Amino acid sequence: MNAIEIHDVSKSYGKVRALSGVSLNVKEGEIFGLIGPDGAGKTSLFRILTTLLLADGGTASVAGLDVVKDYAGIRRIIGYMPGRFSLYQDLSVRENLEFFATVFGTTVEENYDVIRDIYSQIEPFRDRRAGALSGGMKQKLALCCALVHKPSVLFLDEPTTGVDAVSRRDFWNMLARIKASGVTVFVSTPYMDEASLCDRVALIMHGSIIDSGTPSKIESEYPYALYAVKGSPMYPLLKYLRSTDGVLSCFSFGSVHHLAVDPSVADARQKILSEIVSAGFKDCEVHQIRPGIEDCFMYLAGRYRQGGEERGTVRSGHAGA
Amino acid sequence: MENVIEIHGLTKKFGNFTAVDNISFSVRKGEIFGFLGANGAGKTTAMRILCGLSVPTSGGGTVAGYDIVRQPEKIKRHIGYMSQKFSLYSDLKVWENIRLFGGIYGLSGKEIAAKTSEILAALGMEDVRNSFVSSLPLGWKQKLSFSIAMIHEPDIVFLDEPTGGVDPETRRRFWELIYDAASRGVTVFVTTHYMDEAEYCDRVSVMVDGRIAAFDSPAGLKRTYGAADMDGVFRILAGRAVRKE
Repeated sequence: MNAIEIHDVSKSYGKVRALSGVSLNVKEGEIFGLIGPDGAGKTSLFRILTTLLLADGGTASVAGLDVVKDYAGIRRIIGYMPGRFSLYQDLSVRENLEFFATVFGTTVEENYDVIRDIYSQIEPFRDRRAGALSGGMKQKLALCCALVHKPSVLFLDEPTTGVDAVSRRDFWNMLARIKASGVTVFVSTPYMDEASLCDRVALIMHGSIIDSGTPSKIESEYPYALYAVKGSPMYPLLKYLRSTDGVLSCFSFGSVHHLAVDPSVADARQKILSEIVSAGFKDCEVHQIRPGIEDCFMYLAGRYRQGGEERGTVRSGHAGA
Repeated sequence: MENVIEIHGLTKKFGNFTAVDNISFSVRKGEIFGFLGANGAGKTTAMRILCGLSVPTSGGGTVAGYDIVRQPEKIKRHIGYMSQKFSLYSDLKVWENIRLFGGIYGLSGKEIAAKTSEILAALGMEDVRNSFVSSLPLGWKQKLSFSIAMIHEPDIVFLDEPTGGVDPETRRRFWELIYDAASRGVTVFVTTHYMDEAEYCDRVSVMVDGRIAAFDSPAGLKRTYGAADMDGVFRILAGRAVRKE
């Protein structure tokens, strides 16, 4: 059985279309990542699945329960950590935890094994008000509160937004342990590099799923040949490469530029290299590389935008109010 | 080389907690300077002092030629500031946002009119002059708020996580604006959690536990710490933090 099933779900707020025809299945016991930028529709989908918002069209179920008919049943068996801080600031760490346990008709002791790993890290501060905790500790407490009733599906809406690279890594390590205990994890993030930590992902843009599957499947379907290009000075090189014939796209990726060309071009590496060397760039290097999720997202988002222009349905957003 | 920021022994304490612990550094005119650090390392506190919003407990320095202790109001007038979280008023129209910020920075009506045409033409946004900012795509909002942050032609612009939550292409297009501004001589002081963006800076500092633990070009830092990329450098340095946020 799938832990989550979503069929053709749509949602609009007035004229703004937040979700259009979203369909996805999340398997039991996996970490499924919903990856996309702000405003893509991630939170709307979370709120529909957690029975806090009604879809305009389509159906969805969580653990076999319908989000409309069986909403009460769903609320008992899911854990939900919304993007914004969800704790009671003026209750202590321990009081927050006990509150959430009581709401779900259980006790902290009964399910202590579920939260032990994470709770032990904040237990020294058990009497501190939640409002006085640091960002990282608040996050751990919120996670404990979402887990204290031993949910079968855990919904985490952008748990790592605004969090530094090291703390993000720590958080994903916690998720791996939660998954190991048998909980299905549905998590959203704007950070493309977190895709590789998920079993499967869906890429979302302007309310549409532009691709889904395992990260390696998505990467293997990238249609172009991709090269990492270096040369000094870097920014003029970027502009130069974009204006070069046969270059399909070129963007900065840290210390290199990623350049896409048609895979049928013979000797592309050599051609690019001699082109930029003869244009006067120094210390040039060109290597063929495998695309990452971020390359794929940019390609798919570009294709989606183009498709939208052709269909005349792209949500331009600036039609004016 | 001319420095736009010079800071000596800057310290900020809140009660018995030392948020910023005796930091000294300088930023050169026209460089893109990345101000990195883990959550809770003291970045925001330090940045607030540099922007004239908070007074240091001890130490001092200058920003855009003005003293951070004695002339914070002068500093506010001579720097630009933009953050992803707040920059524009979404229920004002595009031209109204430009007029509002132009007015705040003391531009005359004539100057505001000239700047409005200049900004809209440069961004190709003449057609949305009368649109509410709330109706603009994120990438346009970003470009607009960056231009508005520089409406008074500051020598230095502070960008606080300008690209958080933005899609990969828009994020990169934004950095191209940063390069263009730097090539015109504007100093860019930027914070980010994206370590690939740290690579785009001329120099970066990494704050750990209130101190500056490292300060160099990205290439220099990668050499020093034997890391393949800035993510590796950051993990080595931030991993040494003792203070737990």
